[in-house]
Amino acid sequence: MGLKRGHQARPAEWIAEKLIFAVSLSTITVILLIFVFVGREALPVVFGKTNSALIQKIVPAAEINTLKPEELREYLGLTREQFREMDRDTLIALMESREEGNNDIPEAFRTDPDAQVDTTEWRYLLRPHQWKGYDQPEYIWQPVGTIHKYNLIPLFVGSLKVTLIGLLFAVPVSLGAAIYVSQLAPARIREWVKPGIELLAGIPSVVMGVFALLFLATVLQRIFGYQYRLNAFVAGIALGLTAVPLIFSIAEDALTSVPRSYSQAALALGASQWQAAWQIVLPAALPGVFAAVVLGFGRCIGETMVVLIASGNASTLSWSLFDSTRSMTATIAAEMAEAVSGGHHYRLLFLLGTLLFAVTFITNFFGDLIIHRLKGKLEGRA
Amino acid sequence: MTSPSLAPFHRKQRDPFALLGLAVTGFTTAMILLILAVILGSVVVQGLPAFSWRFVSTIPKKDFFNLESAAVLPMIVGTTIRVLVMTVFVMPIGVITAIYLTEYANAASLYTRIIRAAINNLAGVPSIVFGLFGLGFFINFIGKNLDDLTGATGPSFGQPAVLWASLTLAIMTLPVVIVATEESLKAIAPGLREASLALGATKLQTILRIVLPNALPGILTGGILAISRAAGEVAPILFTGAAYYMADLPKRLTDQFMDLGYHIYVLATQSPNIEQTSPILYATVLVLLLLTFSLNAVAIIVRARMRQAMRAGH
Repeated sequence: MGLKRGHQARPAEWIAEKLIFAVSLSTITVILLIFVFVGREALPVVFGKTNSALIQKIVPAAEINTLKPEELREYLGLTREQFREMDRDTLIALMESREEGNNDIPEAFRTDPDAQVDTTEWRYLLRPHQWKGYDQPEYIWQPVGTIHKYNLIPLFVGSLKVTLIGLLFAVPVSLGAAIYVSQLAPARIREWVKPGIELLAGIPSVVMGVFALLFLATVLQRIFGYQYRLNAFVAGIALGLTAVPLIFSIAEDALTSVPRSYSQAALALGASQWQAAWQIVLPAALPGVFAAVVLGFGRCIGETMVVLIASGNASTLSWSLFDSTRSMTATIAAEMAEAVSGGHHYRLLFLLGTLLFAVTFITNFFGDLIIHRLKGKLEGRA
Repeated sequence: MTSPSLAPFHRKQRDPFALLGLAVTGFTTAMILLILAVILGSVVVQGLPAFSWRFVSTIPKKDFFNLESAAVLPMIVGTTIRVLVMTVFVMPIGVITAIYLTEYANAASLYTRIIRAAINNLAGVPSIVFGLFGLGFFINFIGKNLDDLTGATGPSFGQPAVLWASLTLAIMTLPVVIVATEESLKAIAPGLREASLALGATKLQTILRIVLPNALPGILTGGILAISRAAGEVAPILFTGAAYYMADLPKRLTDQFMDLGYHIYVLATQSPNIEQTSPILYATVLVLLLLTFSLNAVAIIVRARMRQAMRAGH
């Protein structure tokens, strides 16, 4: 028993501090969980374990002994647990019903080469295919009817198209406003604009979608006179509006973090306020502006409700701005309710989700990296 | 020494680029505010006619596209419940993470940098991906396993429910709470902590009795911001709990619920006649905006008060 020095040992406190540390792991855990559980549902597609062909190889129930247990399990599409719980009679019954199901397929499809095709193979997901009834190979996403067509390209193009329109609208507008508010505007105006932009950020995206549907669509059609009321252009503009607050706040933050001494030096040398803003402050903050664009891209490509409501949702491949279009996000939102849990449609929608997660993961990573570097640089010099 | 020339000030007026630049940037700013005004104006003007006490206080019949029978009580209740349950989950986790980051973590360590990267990343994950996560993790993994464990006949946990929607939203709003809490913790003068430590309090006592009470307004602001963000989100709850129609209000956490934002989506896309539905649609949007904006306003006021109090304190 020595003399107690310093603090008393407090086991309760020690435990509490360890708990605090454990909870702080939550965000990392969540990111990993998202990656694992969204990706997990998509894995069978990635590794070609799904088969969506209408007509599949049939093994008569009488030949059950010719198959190894593992082959039989895969043939019947069972999980290991399900397979373990089933006795031989159930398995035979399953094989018979499989056979009957096959006999029920209408004669018209037996001769259709498309019915033999596993449409979830990578070449059908990414390359055009000449389906029966079409004149040429085409990119088609059409997960309904007897033969589900799962080409991803129209959805990629749809997402990119809407996102680019959104950015082409949102970046100049937000950047202009950011320059004005941070460099040129009198303090009184600044006090008005900032809460206004916060208010805009507070408008839920479903409301922005309704605004596009009922108001923007009509106004823009009157101005541009295009054919379809709901199209990529309308959705893109509305999407841009939802991204304005984000791009504005990052750009404004980057512009104001440029040390005051930069613009003061320029002003002292006789530059006008505009020249100081345009030629000194903006170039210094340029990486931040670039980061705003990158993060805005991530925001736009991941936005769901606006595109779902305002884009018209036609999943045909088209580069025209005024055609009805459909994005990856809107496809997931619109079709998940009809997809059979664990089926190939379900897995493909999760594949889309995984791709979206990967894209935004990368844009966020680089966006934050750029901002971090810029801040370090500006603060280091100041 | 000659007196300073006034030339630069004169040139400012004559420089055509400066004028043009000012005009263009000023115009874009005005445009954003104008669009905001148009959105809010049209919602208020077109939403008010169908907005009434009956509209917000009754449960609608199945035909909610009809102006006479349209009402939003179950949606208001559903949205409120799901954000409140969300708060119960997100606040402790968010606040404790923020405490770790400001009070314990070494800012330069790799571990801290990874946490920060994870927070930033989580803030940028598309809301529909949260929805997929809720379906894949909470419903198909945790829910199904709970059903197996409890030996329930038929799914009781393994299906969309208030609980799963709230948990999904809690994960989505975690960054909002962490960032707001961190800000308010950082705003507390270090002298306050040092005084407490110098008087013999332990670190944990200092945090619990000195730091947290002082940071409370900021923490509340974070909570309110998270609620207002979550209240309008639709994509994360599409597959995790929102129902197209329910005749009753939700009673248990495992019930599905009707939701304001989801109802707006249904009205906008499933209506047999959008012309007829649009007054109902606008009125529902008005209810949702009143809800989110009043929450935002509370957050802004609390923040302003807090800043004033801080200034007065120093």
